[in-house]
Amino acid sequence: MTRHTLSVLVEDKPGVLARVASLFSRRGFNIESLAVGPTEIPDVSRMTIVVSVERLLLEQVTKQLNKLINVLKIVELDESTSVQRALALVKVRADAESRSSVLEIVQLFRAKVVDVATDAVTIEVTGDEPKIEALLRLLEPYGIKELVESGVIALGRGSRGINDRSLRPADRTA
Amino acid sequence: MVSRLKWSEEQMSTSPEQITGAQSLIRAMEYAGVEVVFGIPGGAILPAYDPLMDSSQVRHILVRHEQAAGHAAEGYAAATGRVGVCMATSGPGATNLVTPIADAHMDSVPMVAITGQVPSGAIGTDAFQEADIRGITMPITKHSYLVTNADDISRAVAEAFYLASSGRPGPVLVDVSKDALQAMTTFTWPTDISLPGYHPVTKPHSKQVREAARLIMESSRPVLYVGGGVIRADASRQLRELAELTGLPVVTTLMARGAFPDSHPQHMGMPGMHGTVGAVGALQKADLLITLGARFDDRVTGKLSTFAPDATIVHADIDPAEISKNRHADVPIVGDVGEVITELIAAVREEMAAGRVGDYEAWWSQLNRWRDTYPLGYDLPDDGTLSPQYVIERLGVISGPEAIMAAGVGQHQMWGAQFVKYEKPRTWLNSGGLGTMGYAVPAAMGAKVGCPDDIVWAIDGDGCFQMTNQELATCAINEIPIKVALINNSSLGMVRQWQTLFYNQRYSETDLHSHRIPDFVKLADAYGCYGLRCETAEEVDAVIEKALSINDAPVVIDFVVHRDAMVWPMVAAGTSNDDIMVAREMAPSWDTVE
Repeated sequence: MTRHTLSVLVEDKPGVLARVASLFSRRGFNIESLAVGPTEIPDVSRMTIVVSVERLLLEQVTKQLNKLINVLKIVELDESTSVQRALALVKVRADAESRSSVLEIVQLFRAKVVDVATDAVTIEVTGDEPKIEALLRLLEPYGIKELVESGVIALGRGSRGINDRSLRPADRTA
Repeated sequence: MVSRLKWSEEQMSTSPEQITGAQSLIRAMEYAGVEVVFGIPGGAILPAYDPLMDSSQVRHILVRHEQAAGHAAEGYAAATGRVGVCMATSGPGATNLVTPIADAHMDSVPMVAITGQVPSGAIGTDAFQEADIRGITMPITKHSYLVTNADDISRAVAEAFYLASSGRPGPVLVDVSKDALQAMTTFTWPTDISLPGYHPVTKPHSKQVREAARLIMESSRPVLYVGGGVIRADASRQLRELAELTGLPVVTTLMARGAFPDSHPQHMGMPGMHGTVGAVGALQKADLLITLGARFDDRVTGKLSTFAPDATIVHADIDPAEISKNRHADVPIVGDVGEVITELIAAVREEMAAGRVGDYEAWWSQLNRWRDTYPLGYDLPDDGTLSPQYVIERLGVISGPEAIMAAGVGQHQMWGAQFVKYEKPRTWLNSGGLGTMGYAVPAAMGAKVGCPDDIVWAIDGDGCFQMTNQELATCAINEIPIKVALINNSSLGMVRQWQTLFYNQRYSETDLHSHRIPDFVKLADAYGCYGLRCETAEEVDAVIEKALSINDAPVVIDFVVHRDAMVWPMVAAGTSNDDIMVAREMAPSWDTVE
């Protein structure tokens, strides 16, 4: 099983998220993360879906997604040729004694403290999955009180956009 | 498939006249070319039924259960090639359509289902007769709409008919809230439909087609593996030309019966779980499968990992997602199967012109040996009771190749596929993918409405018949004289067969006692139909001829048949096609000559 990041352009119509989610569930594909939001084009949303599947099954996922009428385009973004980011907010136990070492970790990761209480700090971190995981590993011993993570969003590197003709859509026609 | 030519350009333009959403819905159906709708009114859809009464074009047939409305729309669509339409109210009306919608989705039937929905302000409040039918049907429709604004009705209907009938056909749901039906709007029929995310590829890639042609010439054991797509695409004529040009053997799946004449010497019959030894063997021992509008269903392949192990796969389908879904395609071809075959014929001719021809003589002698050694057949019951296979065989012979047969699901369905000889497409209607018991009577009703001049039989079992036989009332009242051949073995026969074979003859809950209750002749009579009974082989021809002579009302023949008859050959579920049994504990000898 390998991780694949799919960028899916969809028409911003009611029910489109349900259609995509129900397709994954119906065909037995597991979603690792899903993020959806507006794009530079009005009425077009972009979903970034991270799935862990074999290559053959990925082809089937893509083809089934393409059959949804509201799906406009699907591109697989390779980790090496795209920028991939997720956001995490972490509430960590930090009292007078431990605060400075927690802050040191925050600095090392170029993360930010966005809220402070007497016995805790809330940290905002942006990065790819390995970076977030590494930060969490280091914060773990202090005691993570609460954690929330966004889905990964991704953009291809270079000057071309997803709507440029030169980008080949993933498996439109087998 | 959708007729849009009935209306002049002038009529096409927007009419400024204020009408209700309900009127807009009915007018949109008229523009879409709808001639018949099967349905039942109810609270939320009620506004639409008022203008429907005034439509001179759209005939509404009031069924007795919404499930039947859906299957009737399917039968109409399968028999005519036009889009079938069913209509129901919100909540239970809509949920009763779920089975036929799922059925149409599995068998790629062009169908539009129109449902009423509670007023938009009440959506989400668990209002009376509210069900999220769009959500419920999401995984079983090609697409679906929830319309809450009267202005959007005509576009949704236009798109629904376009989607249902183009590309890979399928069911589309249009759910309209009651307030949208009641609101005022103006009517515009969209003359061009642009769906930015929907571009079915119909024209095949010529390089792939040429590769397929080359493989045909090089192979020594090729087979044309023909599926229901050939019927949906109306490509039977092209298929025959290709078959005769190349001399290849043809197998037609359950969904493709009639796509190629059964009388044709190149036809090896139906493959699959209850296929002929010749057809199963042809696929299994082939070195090349030219797959046309078929989808490597588990009932055809048997244990997938052992299916056609030596075959190179050419797979042509209009749905790219079918290609390499179950079996890897060496040569994938996405396109309309009619266009694919047409181009393939041209490519084959080019090969031939260049002096390359296939040599299949050894293959044919092997195929003929299988065909001669293991023909389809059945034993007559020792106790003198009626053989169901004999009844179905005579039904086909006496009714002739023009007759339309709609089957339920189970043993009678398999015998209907095996022992009726089909010569024309759209004469065999059945629930192949979903396996929906109760399909036959309403589907026959829909087919008869679409093809009033043809003989339409429902070949039904006593189990299936009791799921939807209330539609005899609809048929009798609306003068839809279908004929029902009830193969009454007083059991859920196919399940009983599995109990015989795999559960030590422990017949758990498969005895329906239908020899006693109900009395099907009286039931037919109660529904205003002719009821006939037949219990011996001697009476069979006469009773069928009698049924054929009656055209003023539906006819039901209760054929009381032997209950231990079994469907053979059989590839047991989950086993390899190599292990096909011709009869109980009797495997064919393959004597393969490589």
